[in-house]
Amino acid sequence: MKKIIKLLSVLALAFTFVSCTSKKDRNVLRMNMLTEPDSFFPWESAATDTSAVNYNIYEGLMGFDSTGAVFPLLAESYTISEDKLSYTFKIRQGVTFHDGQALTADDVVWTYQNLVGLNGYTKRNDKLHIVESVSSPDSDTVVIQLKKPAAGFILLAIQPILKQGFEYSKLNANGTGPYRLGGYELHQKITLVKNDNYWNPERAAKIPTVEIHIVSDEAAAISALQSGQLDLIQKITAGNAKSLADKFKVIGRPQNMAQVFAMNTSVPELSDLNVRLAISCAVNKQEVIDGALDGAGDIIYSNFSPLMSEYYNDKLNDVTPFNLQKAKEYMSKSAYPNGFELKITVPASYPMHVNAAQIIASQLAALNIKCSIEPIEWATWLDQVYSKANYESTVIAFSGKLDPSEILIRYFSTYKKNFTRFNNADYDRAFTAAETEVDQAKRVELYKECQRILAEQAPAVYLSDLHNNVVMDKKLMGYKQFPISFYNVAEMYFD
Amino acid sequence: MFYYVKKFIDFITTLILVSVVTFLTFQLLPGNPALTILGPEAEDAQIAALEQELQLDRPLYQRYIKWVKGVFSGNLGKSYKYGQSVTSIILERVKTTAVLAGLSLIFSLGLGLFLGLFFAISRKNPYLKPLFYIDQIFISIPSFCTALLLILFFTVLLRLLPSIGVSGFSSFILPALSLSLGSSAILARYIKTSVDDEYKKDYVRTARSKGLTETQIIYRHILRNAIIPSITTLGLIATDIFGGSIIVENVFSLPGIGKLIVTSISSRDFPLLQGLTLYLAAITLFCNFAVDILYSVVDPRTRN
Repeated sequence: MKKIIKLLSVLALAFTFVSCTSKKDRNVLRMNMLTEPDSFFPWESAATDTSAVNYNIYEGLMGFDSTGAVFPLLAESYTISEDKLSYTFKIRQGVTFHDGQALTADDVVWTYQNLVGLNGYTKRNDKLHIVESVSSPDSDTVVIQLKKPAAGFILLAIQPILKQGFEYSKLNANGTGPYRLGGYELHQKITLVKNDNYWNPERAAKIPTVEIHIVSDEAAAISALQSGQLDLIQKITAGNAKSLADKFKVIGRPQNMAQVFAMNTSVPELSDLNVRLAISCAVNKQEVIDGALDGAGDIIYSNFSPLMSEYYNDKLNDVTPFNLQKAKEYMSKSAYPNGFELKITVPASYPMHVNAAQIIASQLAALNIKCSIEPIEWATWLDQVYSKANYESTVIAFSGKLDPSEILIRYFSTYKKNFTRFNNADYDRAFTAAETEVDQAKRVELYKECQRILAEQAPAVYLSDLHNNVVMDKKLMGYKQFPISFYNVAEMYFD
Repeated sequence: MFYYVKKFIDFITTLILVSVVTFLTFQLLPGNPALTILGPEAEDAQIAALEQELQLDRPLYQRYIKWVKGVFSGNLGKSYKYGQSVTSIILERVKTTAVLAGLSLIFSLGLGLFLGLFFAISRKNPYLKPLFYIDQIFISIPSFCTALLLILFFTVLLRLLPSIGVSGFSSFILPALSLSLGSSAILARYIKTSVDDEYKKDYVRTARSKGLTETQIIYRHILRNAIIPSITTLGLIATDIFGGSIIVENVFSLPGIGKLIVTSISSRDFPLLQGLTLYLAAITLFCNFAVDILYSVVDPRTRN
């Protein structure tokens, strides 16, 4: 008996010692991400989760803020020629890469030549086809010549600038950003270390080390937060986030990610506009948000989020409001007044899309549209639905972009990934005009017209901008939700 | 001698069959590896570059033959998704799975033996009979449930053990416990049943008439005989865990083989998947072989 008491008291002592030593190290920020990074070499990286990390390691001529606006970053300033075809960037001096080498105008030229596919290099980026040439008239100037005026070009100048001559690869990074890549333990965690030679003291990192752990299981992430192993966890479902609100800080903001019920307009029943309008009026978007997202979503009326405030058309809520009477009227006017069978193909690994599909299916029953839901594997969805448009309808969400044309191009008739097969001459006309329009006010109007056409022609039912629910330690400050995937760790600090 | 040659031929045949079946299944699976790996936000230029690098324009049977040639020279090819050699990826992940498996086996054996013996010794005691149902509970609770309960208690409440990633040996304790609770219960049952069977045998009566106490009979004679049937179960458990416990690895974010298998299928990483199926086949055959050897060591009756 005495022995047992001795043993227990030793254990108790050990336990108190252990819990006393679990003091938080405020020099390290521990957070999670849900997928493995694909590459720290930006030209080979396509995952938006990875670019969220890479934007801390690399910088472009322009930077972006949480409102989606761009500002000069590695470029000190820039001017646009009268004919809007020539952009002259003054390159900032005194900037060094993480390996110690200086940033030169030649690096900028080399980067853009590779992105565009000039000078014999293989093209790395599809969107910069608008660039005619890149040159450096003197050591601190770079001139980029466009083929046609393109107001969206300056938004694309956030592309990372790389150092010419450096051996970039998946795991070998070298940028000018506030953090450098400290290490990547394969499939486990990314370590970012503060760049002590960062050129801008105002944007320098505050927390010396950042550990990004790859934790995809939500329950595991939550218990890691509760036990102090992580300071910040993201993409938490709203219900779980609410239950953590008493001990932690919960920030749930729209993230410029539109969840849509997309329809294949080449399918006979869905090629009928009245059918699509009927479906649009029969879907109760708030019910979908409450059921599939636990209320964490903002209703949208076209494939565009109110987060993009400059371009957002806020006059579209009356085009296809939730109105069962109107829906039935549209159906009776259509070629399928007695309803039909519809298949909804959803990626099984995304419960929010699967749940949304189920709710929509029950809502469309009111129109005699009998829906069957087919959950399929992600790779199959990418191949069958996204690439080959071999589907009838689906529910999906796309991550946000800074340039409105990158978001709206999905509905351009000849766009390779136009998986709704939407083909509308007015839309194409407005879209093309907006890309080359140089007057900003007119450009905004043209994009608003695109949104209006999307609402009126309804190739999809636009459900909501999903919130990104982030839960963090109450003492962690500075987190901001950006309109594109980005972890703004350099701005974060412990109070 | 002939016995072992035959076993080796069986081994090779199985491996070939496994790789052919995997290859055929890939023919049926829809999905473009380059697009799946890069995702829907990828530039067309990136997809084209990756397709060229992976030589996806060549028909699958050509890639398969190239792979078979590579195997004979010890090269399992390069993973589509990770770009590294398949051998190096598997070896790296195996380290984690092996530690988890080893610890799990030790826990299973320890706890299983303890419980099995306890049931055996107290078989006559009617008050302890309800405890026999503990192992029923252990078997019924799925490993992820056990995992979450353990995390809740040891990590969140007591802050004693880590629950995500690998940060030293302590990271394996909770995952191993989650896995071993179920298998220790199975082992305990086998041991109890074997002990019950042994009790009915003649040598026990002889031992009693010689004057040995019940405890002496158990430890000196019965235990050795009772353990033999559970060796097979241990072999099965080992094969299972070495094949990667996907659920536990996912909950604890351990970079093991289980997660790798699921990822390689969903990203259509053909070389990696082929390498993994070879690994799984090899593990199964190795564990069976080890069980055979162990039997011949523990039970002299099997030696001829």
